[in-house]
Amino acid sequence: MQSRPNNHAFEFYGEGLPAVDLGELRGRLIVIEGPDGVGRSTQVAMLKPWLESNGHAVLDTGMTRSALAGKGIKQAKAGITLGPISLTLFYATDFADRLENEMIPALRAGFIVLTDRYIYSLIARAIVRGLDASWIKACYGVALKPDAVFYLRANVSDLIPRVLSSPTGFDYWESGMDIHLGEDLYDSFVEYQTRMLSVFDSMIHEYGFEVIDATQPVEPIYRNLQHRIGRLLRDL
Amino acid sequence: MYGDHEFPGKLFIVEGIDGSGKSTQLSLLQQWLRREGYTVFFSEWNSSPLVKETTRRGKRKQMLTPTTFSLLHTTDLADRIERHIIPPLSAGAIVLADRYIYTAFARDTARGVSARWVRELYKFAVQPTIAFYFRVPLEVSLKRILSARAALKYYEAGMDLGLSDDIEESFELFQGMIADRYEEMVDEFGLKVIDATRSIEEQQNEVRVIVERELADVPKRPTRYLDFLEV
Repeated sequence: MQSRPNNHAFEFYGEGLPAVDLGELRGRLIVIEGPDGVGRSTQVAMLKPWLESNGHAVLDTGMTRSALAGKGIKQAKAGITLGPISLTLFYATDFADRLENEMIPALRAGFIVLTDRYIYSLIARAIVRGLDASWIKACYGVALKPDAVFYLRANVSDLIPRVLSSPTGFDYWESGMDIHLGEDLYDSFVEYQTRMLSVFDSMIHEYGFEVIDATQPVEPIYRNLQHRIGRLLRDL
Repeated sequence: MYGDHEFPGKLFIVEGIDGSGKSTQLSLLQQWLRREGYTVFFSEWNSSPLVKETTRRGKRKQMLTPTTFSLLHTTDLADRIERHIIPPLSAGAIVLADRYIYTAFARDTARGVSARWVRELYKFAVQPTIAFYFRVPLEVSLKRILSARAALKYYEAGMDLGLSDDIEESFELFQGMIADRYEEMVDEFGLKVIDATRSIEEQQNEVRVIVERELADVPKRPTRYLDFLEV
């Protein structure tokens, strides 16, 4: 077995997962977080081929892509039939499935895991919906602490033109319409995303986010991320 | 969370290993309560239609880990609590549940999930008025189960724990582990133990006496939600 650099070791946030030997995980876990429409997936799409061209094997993953629960969540959201606690736990199921069946095996094999969102978006959604913060954080005690969390930060006013230029426009869920924050999608979007941003901001210190100014164009953000990730992977 | 709720209705739940006779007892209780004029709503473990499909997919493809198994059942209960348990309790009805959070605590910890984590997960659950635990020796329950049904299923038999390659032997070992977990929870959660080796009638009489004591303030004439409840 290849030796793991002794200055690197994974930890769980809380109780952790049964039957996982953290010492076996040789890869790196990198998270891109930030609100809807901030440009996370664009950056992930650029970073993956760059990392691969530098010889790193990369697994990219994102919310509701689990083989187990992804489909069920999409159906639930399409019919708007789940309450806030149920939806939060369904997301946690999706997350745990991807963590155990995708991310951890990839880390064991020495991959760079590049994830579009992680537990922070899910925690923020739950808190904005009025759920108990300490409860939801304890639920995510199964999660691994990432090597880095890059928080792409922008104000709500910066997000609006980006969301409007997407083919779907304001989305029901991205606007928090399930919690009735405004009369129409626009009002609700502004209020919901404002609340989400304030929760994200409150997590910067707690979870050690590296804040990236996402009001800049795509290129400088990408170079900034390349620089930071390059530094992180120097010892691989 | 965990008993912070105050509802006019009452929640009675039954627990016990497979073959303890708990479902029979709950069904008899339900008929009696209905006859007495109470509004009764019944909720069964792992029955949320939305989550069920995902659970079925996970079981069929044997892709569930102890953690996702646990989280899916939590999602199921959360959906039923938000949709089917809290509204009737708010309306002053009686809710009966076949299995509750203690089933999850017993099964999930037998699968190696952290006891503290799974107890934390279920903090949203409503505290039952009474949680009955039907205690039965393993030999008795196994004889009831194994003679009555055709084939054991993979997760039901705890085959994912790798206890034995023989499905019947795995089931017996798994049931034994679950029974041990129930015994540990009797004091922790104040489970009301019913001796399930006695006759069905004797057990039912005891259950009814205990339930009746809790019904002093429960209206016999339903106030609202009537159509919704009589499904």
